[in-house]
Amino acid sequence: MPKVTIDGHSIEVPDGTTILQAARMIVDNKNYTGPNIAPPTMCYHSKLKTSGGYCRTCIVKVTKGSEKDPRPMPKPVASCRTTVMDGMEVVNTTSPEVLESRKAVVEFLLINHPLDCPICDQAGECHLQDLGYEHGLSKTRYDFPRRTFNQIDIGPYIKLHMTRCIMCFRCVKVADQITNNRYQGMLFRGDASEISTYIEKAIDNDFSGNVIDVCPVGALTDKTFRFKSRVWFTKPMDAHRNCTKCSGKVSVWLKGSDILRVTGRKDNWGEVQEWICNECRFEKKELKDWVIEKPTHIDRHSVISQNHYENLAQLKLDIGKQQKQISGKK
Amino acid sequence: MGKKLLIHNDKVAGISTLEVYRQHGGYASVEKALKTMSPADVVEEVKKSGLRGRGGAGFPTGMKWSFLAKPEGVERYLVCNADESEPGTFKDRYLMEKIPHALIEGMITSSYALGAKTSYIYIRGEYFYVARIVEKAIEEAYAAGYLGKNILGTNFSHDCYVQVGGGAYICGEETALLESLEGKRGNPRIKPPFPAIAGLYGCPTVVNNVETIAAVCPIINMGGDEYAKIGIGRSTGTKLISASGHINKPGVYEIELGLPVEEFIYSDEYCGGIINGRKMKAVVAGGSSVPILPAELILKTDKGEPRLMSYESLSEGGFVSGTMLGSGGFMVYDETTSIVKNLYTFARFYHHESCGQCSPCREGTGWMEKILHRIVEGYGKPSDIDLLWDIQRKIEGNTICPLGDAAAWPVASAIRHFRAEFEEYINHPERIKDVKHYYSVHQLAGA
Repeated sequence: MPKVTIDGHSIEVPDGTTILQAARMIVDNKNYTGPNIAPPTMCYHSKLKTSGGYCRTCIVKVTKGSEKDPRPMPKPVASCRTTVMDGMEVVNTTSPEVLESRKAVVEFLLINHPLDCPICDQAGECHLQDLGYEHGLSKTRYDFPRRTFNQIDIGPYIKLHMTRCIMCFRCVKVADQITNNRYQGMLFRGDASEISTYIEKAIDNDFSGNVIDVCPVGALTDKTFRFKSRVWFTKPMDAHRNCTKCSGKVSVWLKGSDILRVTGRKDNWGEVQEWICNECRFEKKELKDWVIEKPTHIDRHSVISQNHYENLAQLKLDIGKQQKQISGKK
Repeated sequence: MGKKLLIHNDKVAGISTLEVYRQHGGYASVEKALKTMSPADVVEEVKKSGLRGRGGAGFPTGMKWSFLAKPEGVERYLVCNADESEPGTFKDRYLMEKIPHALIEGMITSSYALGAKTSYIYIRGEYFYVARIVEKAIEEAYAAGYLGKNILGTNFSHDCYVQVGGGAYICGEETALLESLEGKRGNPRIKPPFPAIAGLYGCPTVVNNVETIAAVCPIINMGGDEYAKIGIGRSTGTKLISASGHINKPGVYEIELGLPVEEFIYSDEYCGGIINGRKMKAVVAGGSSVPILPAELILKTDKGEPRLMSYESLSEGGFVSGTMLGSGGFMVYDETTSIVKNLYTFARFYHHESCGQCSPCREGTGWMEKILHRIVEGYGKPSDIDLLWDIQRKIEGNTICPLGDAAAWPVASAIRHFRAEFEEYINHPERIKDVKHYYSVHQLAGA
């Protein structure tokens, strides 16, 4: 088993593990208490084969190739597509160069992004928002008109805002890997390129809705949820039902006793754990359709995790502690 | 008179036909390799020759061949990269147009060395008429028994196909070329795996430039050791140079590597000096992607030694005071040239040709073009130069394929060596239309 060291933290991982997966393993380890050394990702998705490598936000520096060949790699590498070698040493958050390159990538991703977060349904659970908050500049240096596209309806349930797209190719890979036919793909070249369906052909199959869940930004949105509510005003609950097409395990997003939307359950990296079918996602919007299990645990996106039960409980504890400290001092 | 190995017969009438080509010693390397040598011998000879890839990167060909994985029962492919799209480079077109059989001969010999039963020649879309010439040559080779089953009565069988591309610069990148050859969109693949392990249709593949493959014939004919004596140091053999720009005799020249740059530009045998007796301002030595160098740095290195046409000498001084041999697209600019406008043209090209897969190149090339457009139109801001420098620095090295670097280097070098001219454009936009202004800037830059 190769042993890899990332920012000074060592771990032994199975053959074929990528640097990114190894870093996530370190962070996921229960005994780990250090800073988050897992590189951020926009285009990598653990459930999609051959995803990743495009956005370049997860770049890291390999300072030692392996025990056999200790030479450092000359260029920053995409950690999501580079497999670890025994004795490899990687720097991520401890390298100012890597952080600077990442900052550059974020700037490139944002120059043609409309920054219409106030009217975007993804706001609050947007990976680009998190990334920009963490690594972006506070002011743009780009003073030209931004690229825009017309909105496209992909079928009755999905809306495509190409203007917001960052070309992560996740939706294309979903269509390739979990549905029978792929209709969408990349058209044109360079910064004029767009993800589109062939002559705006509607995507017509039972799992097409998953492209909404994998989209890291607000480019693909759920038409049954658009403009209904900000995500942080809704309460996510794990729920299930007997479904003949998929596992039926979902998160329902409640406002009062109304189900505003249904999504797949996401892990702590914001990636969908199981694909769900369109019937569960778009048609079962009544409480009686679902068996509610428990509140969904979310700690990834700071905005939507506000006002949640467990956070409130934690908040009460924190306040209690502070009050104790204050009274103790007296 | 330097030694010529590739295009010494280019003026012979009818050299594009198999008959005339054979009369001038053609297909000797095929006979020699297939009848007297084992595939490993051929690879060994190429290794000994020190031949380096002529497409731009200059990677040793013999080493590339020896990296080819050889699992049992899996096809291997040889692919010829004839997608010559680098602005300023036209040597492969000349070679294929004049002497197509030199390429076919090299393809057969190389395929024998690699054990490839099938090979492809990927020609860029704009060279459709060249594709016809090469296809005709392949037909002749089939008829004469150099291609097909049991070539020359040996056990070796080989098929060679021509594929015409759609005309995208990015398809000159080897993995994008393979994608395109497979019938997909020509986007570069993420490496590893390298084509030597998983290339065309997932099989081990070698991708070589036209000139590299053609150079295999003289190596086999004369022997690797003999070939290694030509040239200088680790730059062995001859190289085709596409000379263009403000020179008296633009065209394709075959030079022995190690020829002084000064001789190449000013001697009557080659470029014949600068047009109208003007002064030289700058040179792009290896196609638009390599750094541009001002006249004094292209003739002499910063140590004061004369610069030679070789991989090592041209890259001496790194990117601070050096450049690269690249693909051999030698563009000479005289003193009336505006480096800023020239750079804008390059930036527009890279913006247009960026494939759009990875973010730094997709967004950065467009941004650079817009800023340069603003500068050449006379609306530049004083902060633009530093912004351009910052953008190119952030594209370089952060992309999937080398197109990002290729887009960044010309910008970096133009700002590094001709910053005064950019400042002139920004501070005195009213002088832009005045051609004489370039002369003054030339002196400003201290050239």
